[in-house]
Amino acid sequence: MHEKISLSRRVKIKVLNILMYISFILILALVAGLIGYILFRGIPNISWKFLSSKPSLLNGVIGILPNILNTIYIVLITLVIVLPLGVGTAVYLNEYATNRKLVSVIEFATETLAGIPSIIYGLAGMLIFVQFFSIGTSLLAGSLTLVIMTLPTIVRTTQESLKTVPDSYREGSLALGSGKWHMIRTVVLPSSIDGIVTGCILAIGRIVGESAALLFTAGMANNILSLKDAVTPGNAGSTLTVALYMYAKERGEFGVAFAIAAILLILTLLINLSAKLVAKKLKVKVD
Amino acid sequence: MANIIEAHNLNLWYGDHQALKNINLDIQEHKITALIGPSGCGKSTFMKTLNRMNDLVDGCRIEGDVRLNGVDIYKDMDVNILRKKVGMVFQKANPFPMSIYDNIAYGPRLHGIHGKAALDEIVERSLKQAAIWDETKDRLKKNALGMSGGQQQRLCIARAIAVEPDVLLMDESTSALDPISTGKIEELCLELKKKYTIVMVTHNMQQANRISDITAFFLLGELIETGATQDIFLNPQNKKTEEYITGRFG
Repeated sequence: MHEKISLSRRVKIKVLNILMYISFILILALVAGLIGYILFRGIPNISWKFLSSKPSLLNGVIGILPNILNTIYIVLITLVIVLPLGVGTAVYLNEYATNRKLVSVIEFATETLAGIPSIIYGLAGMLIFVQFFSIGTSLLAGSLTLVIMTLPTIVRTTQESLKTVPDSYREGSLALGSGKWHMIRTVVLPSSIDGIVTGCILAIGRIVGESAALLFTAGMANNILSLKDAVTPGNAGSTLTVALYMYAKERGEFGVAFAIAAILLILTLLINLSAKLVAKKLKVKVD
Repeated sequence: MANIIEAHNLNLWYGDHQALKNINLDIQEHKITALIGPSGCGKSTFMKTLNRMNDLVDGCRIEGDVRLNGVDIYKDMDVNILRKKVGMVFQKANPFPMSIYDNIAYGPRLHGIHGKAALDEIVERSLKQAAIWDETKDRLKKNALGMSGGQQQRLCIARAIAVEPDVLLMDESTSALDPISTGKIEELCLELKKKYTIVMVTHNMQQANRISDITAFFLLGELIETGATQDIFLNPQNKKTEEYITGRFG
């Protein structure tokens, strides 16, 4: 006796399988094609000089060192501010807040914040940081704007990850005589470090990819700045993405634009990998 | 025998529901006290008033007093100090996602012991007391979550006794384990009562009969009967107790 399922079901399964494979190949081809094309067009334009000098119209030099540095600065400054703020908010919402209504209002607000187009953050950042607080068009103002923009991401991912920590860990720690903060610091946060790092990676992705919010706030200057300059008000600078926009749109230098795109790809990859490495280091040391 | 814990006129509400009704129960030092009764009878709730884990429940309200060595734990004692003195082992083993060593050292570190030599000594002593040293001594740096259920539960016992509590609460701590692991933990309890006082909640009548010295029977939030375990099992005074332990309801 060998029973078989009906023909129509077999056909359905077959069709669904085929559709699944098609989508898989489509996605793979899209990603590989995009990356391949960018690298193919970009890499021939990358040279040591391109990476290590600043641009000068007088000498006809095109270099992106200032932009690479600015990107790194903005990522660093933004994360340094947004991480304590975002993780702290998530910890408060998940572990301390008892007013459910307030929590849902704050959650709704963060979700709304996440859905706002970035040009509006740029506008608000310009009005608030650049003008009202008179920080001037600067990397600092850009970073502060991005802090507001990435805050929802960090809060949401951290919150989701805090929710996955079993209550039995919390109870176990409290039953040994921990205070609440000690319990959070030693058991809850280490268990949710994965989620926090995921939030960081997503935030970094948004920061590196952001142009609209930075055009108004961080400006378009191409000077080489030190980290100290970067946190000083009034020092404008363009990130790689803004520079890419400038070269492609204003000057029609598509070779340069693709080179920057390739650098961006590689930079994002490096930052993500190092974030994962840090997570591994922070995760409770066990083998 | 001296009483280490005295609960007096204890009433407890979860919102509008009264979960404990006027409980008077003393816990004797260096004895195993078993709390028995059908689900929802208040035995776990009573046990959790002893280390104030009920504080974590929203809408929980308590009247009456519980004294540990004569001190009112709800009025005159810091809750963190109380929980150091009254340790707890949960129904489901809940080792922290860290190494075996760090699990045991968690409590001592919390209470201010940081020297490596001192911690090493505490870890070894606690694991030995919990009869799990031989199985763990070569893998102290390994993740505790990699151990079997029974081992994890004994690790949790070791973690609880690492802070040298006076009382150890065990909330159905063997209910998720196989008979062999259960047997090991029961044997361990008999050993541990020399040093600590044990209060256990159990659904397992044989277990209560085998290892406890004193049994307290709860029903619908009331303490129906308490006494020496032999008396309760051989010669219960209350009809309901008899019906429960002979398996006629519950």
